[in-house]
Amino acid sequence: MTLTAKELSTEKLELNFGPSHPATHGTLRVQLEADGEIVTRADAEIGFLHSGFEKLGEHLSYNQYITITDRMNYLSPLCNNVAFALAVEKLLGIEAPRRAQYLRVLMCELSRIADHLLAIGMLAVDVGAFTVFLYGFRIREKIYDLFEMVCGARLTTSYTRVGGLMRDVPDDFDAVCREVLAEIPAAMEQIDGLLTHNRIWLDRTRNIGVITPEQAISYGLTGPIARATGIDYDIRVKEPYSCYEDFTFDVIIGENGDVYDRYMVRFYEVWESIKICEQVLDKLPSGPVNVDADTKYTLPPRNEIFNSIEALIHHFEVTMENRGFTPPVGETYVPTESPNGELGYFIVSDGGREPYRVRTRPPSLINFSVFPEIMPGQTISDIVAVLGSLNIIAGELDR
Amino acid sequence: MPALKQLSDLLSAKFPDAFLEVTEFRGMLSIHIRGGLILDLLRMLKTDPRFAYNFLADVTAVDHLKKGGHTRYSVVYHLLNQHDAKRIVVHAWVDEENPALPSVYALWKTANWQEREVFDLFGIRFEGHPDLRRIMNPEDFGFHPLRKDYPLQGRGERDDFPVVGRTIGSKWPADRSFE
Repeated sequence: MTLTAKELSTEKLELNFGPSHPATHGTLRVQLEADGEIVTRADAEIGFLHSGFEKLGEHLSYNQYITITDRMNYLSPLCNNVAFALAVEKLLGIEAPRRAQYLRVLMCELSRIADHLLAIGMLAVDVGAFTVFLYGFRIREKIYDLFEMVCGARLTTSYTRVGGLMRDVPDDFDAVCREVLAEIPAAMEQIDGLLTHNRIWLDRTRNIGVITPEQAISYGLTGPIARATGIDYDIRVKEPYSCYEDFTFDVIIGENGDVYDRYMVRFYEVWESIKICEQVLDKLPSGPVNVDADTKYTLPPRNEIFNSIEALIHHFEVTMENRGFTPPVGETYVPTESPNGELGYFIVSDGGREPYRVRTRPPSLINFSVFPEIMPGQTISDIVAVLGSLNIIAGELDR
Repeated sequence: MPALKQLSDLLSAKFPDAFLEVTEFRGMLSIHIRGGLILDLLRMLKTDPRFAYNFLADVTAVDHLKKGGHTRYSVVYHLLNQHDAKRIVVHAWVDEENPALPSVYALWKTANWQEREVFDLFGIRFEGHPDLRRIMNPEDFGFHPLRKDYPLQGRGERDDFPVVGRTIGSKWPADRSFE
């Protein structure tokens, strides 16, 4: 005798996804309640990587804290460096020289390319397409080489300083950078050929994890995730910072807000970033990359430190623990468009050498908060696709 | 968009008991208000067509213990008008004895996790919040680490946690040293 569906006893299944699951890319736990294969409830538990960066910031000077910002979004640390430097410069009421601002834009866009390539690659790995990840990572390695050339580090860049940059780019940077930029389109076409019209990819990503524009605004979503829902808001265009108004590029807008649209928005944003990088290299002005050393915000040139007593004293005054610049009492916030969305540092100063409070507006945390809302009704296998498309960076999620 | 003086007059007429001041620093306007009426103020800023701040970008808090202020804590809301790309900051001041203020979850759902983070790190309670639990630290942590009277190196939590003694009573002692 066969049992009908009514007579079968069914109960909901509790499942743990994480904290250490290969698709979480970091540590976060999702507690699932599943009815068969359909998720009925998904509670996210985060905080496994909480490191107290904001508390630490209250005990470090402004330039020292730049090294901490690297560790937040470790896929695109340069964007964090730039966002923090801009906030401190606004607090001090200074502006970095034009060459430094252009170079910051260049570094941010290279980071964006690297971040989007990895986000697409990780999403593809999680749903079972490993090759794409390798194509993306090959270019990412080249971009890492560029960062190494510029600041000596591949991951923990700490390239910006308050009032400018750590140093200027080397002389042969222009040629090498153009070479790398010329290689990206071929890799993007390979990725495009493997994914965009692939039947399996379409089945795994279309109409999965759909976010409506109303949800996006209510949940504070920004960046590619918000633009995939059709919201036309890009901080680079609407509230330009660091000379973004000098460059022309299109803002990529999706329409369905599903995993596929988030992939497509990231995919086309890479092409726009290449455009911006080329414009920066074409227009790059000459001049210093730091504000005038007489302002006492930046270090004097190296050879002067060794050859004049004034510069040596100046160097001492800037670097010693009980010396250094003191911003006025006040608070600033500069929104920037990081690869994941709006990133900004809210800095409160009490007039001391260390910030009184330094808050990161973390796009990963705020983008992830929509996850429990969109998961019910999806299948268990869609979890990895949605997680990959939200591109959660645990370092920034928990800080 | 009303300028500083206009905004100040408008708010002091609308919230005579709760409104404190409007300040400007480097072109950024900050409204200061007592915490009790924060929901009414943010509802007005969101729905009134003169403001139309439709987007809550960030919720955080500042402990003014060493700096001084109207009261000890202020909860900071960053609002954005996506149509005009205009931003404004709202400080909601709450007392030291009973740090609590209404939740703005009814206006923006992003307040859910962000207010949980403020509760976790500062111990400020949000009344009417659907699920006010700690988010970063463990449930039994007992402290609010971003308060200014909490030391940077903690209060010994790193050393004082209970160790699971799996090797107690066995041949292999738990406190072995390799010197």
